[in-house]
Amino acid sequence: MITLRPMLAIAGLTLREIVRRRIVWVLLILAVVSVALVGIGVQRLVSFARADGVAELEIRIGVSQVLIMIAFMFSFVLAMSAAFLAAPAIASDVETGTVLAMLARPIRRADLVVGRWLGLSIAIAIYAMVSGLLAIAVVNLVSGHLPPLPWIAVSFLAWQAIAVLTFALALGTRLPAIAAGAITVVVFGLGWFVGVLGSIAIVFNAEPLATAADALGVLLPTDGLWRGVIYGLEPPLVAMLASGSSARGLQASPFFAVSPPPITFVAWSVVWVVLVVAVGVLLFRRREL
Amino acid sequence: MPDNGAVTSPAIETHGLRKIYGRTVALDGLDLQVEAGEVFGFLGPNGAGKTTAVKLLLGLARPTAGDGRVLGQPIGDRVTRGRVGYLPELFRYQAWLTAHEVLALHAQLAGLPGATRRAEIARVLELAGLTGRADDRTGGFSKGMQQRLGLAASLLGDPALVILDEPTSALDPVGRADVRTIIGEARSRGSTVFLNSHLLGEVERVCDRVAIVNRGRVVAAGALGNLLGDASVRIRATGLPTGDGALAPLERLGTVERADDWLTIRHLDPDRIPDAVATVVGLGGRVHAVESGRRSLEELFLGLVQDAADPIDPADVAGVPAAPTGGER
Repeated sequence: MITLRPMLAIAGLTLREIVRRRIVWVLLILAVVSVALVGIGVQRLVSFARADGVAELEIRIGVSQVLIMIAFMFSFVLAMSAAFLAAPAIASDVETGTVLAMLARPIRRADLVVGRWLGLSIAIAIYAMVSGLLAIAVVNLVSGHLPPLPWIAVSFLAWQAIAVLTFALALGTRLPAIAAGAITVVVFGLGWFVGVLGSIAIVFNAEPLATAADALGVLLPTDGLWRGVIYGLEPPLVAMLASGSSARGLQASPFFAVSPPPITFVAWSVVWVVLVVAVGVLLFRRREL
Repeated sequence: MPDNGAVTSPAIETHGLRKIYGRTVALDGLDLQVEAGEVFGFLGPNGAGKTTAVKLLLGLARPTAGDGRVLGQPIGDRVTRGRVGYLPELFRYQAWLTAHEVLALHAQLAGLPGATRRAEIARVLELAGLTGRADDRTGGFSKGMQQRLGLAASLLGDPALVILDEPTSALDPVGRADVRTIIGEARSRGSTVFLNSHLLGEVERVCDRVAIVNRGRVVAAGALGNLLGDASVRIRATGLPTGDGALAPLERLGTVERADDWLTIRHLDPDRIPDAVATVVGLGGRVHAVESGRRSLEELFLGLVQDAADPIDPADVAGVPAAPTGGER
């Protein structure tokens, strides 16, 4: 009989750890400070532009692009946070020996891996969504700009962070925490770079390069998910302007998306996360403690 | 001993359990039987394979060869682990939890019924002497306190088998005495205790049976009394009569050997040592010294472990004439 109780106990323990060790407060304070700075920056930008007599529509478009830039930086911060939270989640427990007493109980190793994953995913998703919505709300307050699909944007932001977290956690079942965290950050950066390369390849009709980039994008869906964030933030007007052939260069930009990620891709990203968790479980089951 | 296996199976049973890490043979064919309800001492020097054996029994590592059963089930069986308490040698608990919370977590993972958890946690906290520190975070605990916490966790829910890996490594003499009490208490509640240790005095005081392991192999096993041999006494006395039958009154107490001024009386009931001395005096002897002659566990252990430490390999000896390698026999 499979009982979920041990897994949920581990998930609860993980959430409690994040709160107790003040990690959550550090992250939230950082988020609030960043959002405040963004608010001040955007507010000044808008007031300068208005004083110079720039048309309101132009201001809105400018602010929308600034917001995408901010989201991009935040997605990097989120990825880093996810990697450095998840990499030690199992690795450190093994290194310190905490895991010995726990795994001698009648629980499966899968309970530990999946429980850790669940707890961390809940934490990072709440953090991503609260911070993201806060930033959007503050920008709206000071500039009047509201992105078309804020919920879609923050959901993709959170899901991207969960994908990064999953990768780091799986590596951490076998590698030391520092190695797992560092590899995750590098791979995440490469994924983003490959995404940019793929867009450029399309613009220049470099077919083989585009295919290779697509294949890598399937192997590591984080950059594809980032496109979902932009899609949620991009005003339709900008998308329309960019659809003209004269604006093809814009499509190579990592800060631009006219269409949402295909539903098959989103479904694949879910399968990908499940597969990576499963690989983590398999690796951890084989590990000698 | 194992004849009533049909009724009560042994708590632990292993057959040729072997574990190799890379090129290191950590455990080399371990055959072990621990009866239900006994306190079993698993002795050996550091690196003898004691912790490896425990990890195999709990499914934390996989054997390279051989098999075994714990509480009647194959080693590593998940459900069976619910009836086993374990204090790891490397005891570490979540530093950001209080002692009470650590025990609550373990009670939950062990699957203790919710209704009994609170009382059970209070019981083991009391037993381990941690009641006053229950609401303190374990991060502020000394090593000794953490080991007490681990001991408390291992006793949650009255497990059928308690495996303690070096349970007193971080404790002071008071703590060690407490551990002896705790082990006694666990036995009286019906638990089998498997005690891993290299502290012989401790084992000698609490264990019913022991196995001595060296370099991954059991070199001696059995009831402590049998391993140590019968009690004997050595008396140095002068002025005793000589000749056949001169010491007949003493021979009624045990087997007497005489060498110069020393008398060794074997198979002597320890309670009758004063009688032996009185008899010597009655025979006109002047007593200069009396020594209890029973081998200590330490002597037995050192003998077994040192013998094995320098095995004489004919191949080595042949190739290296008169090389000053290893001083001991």
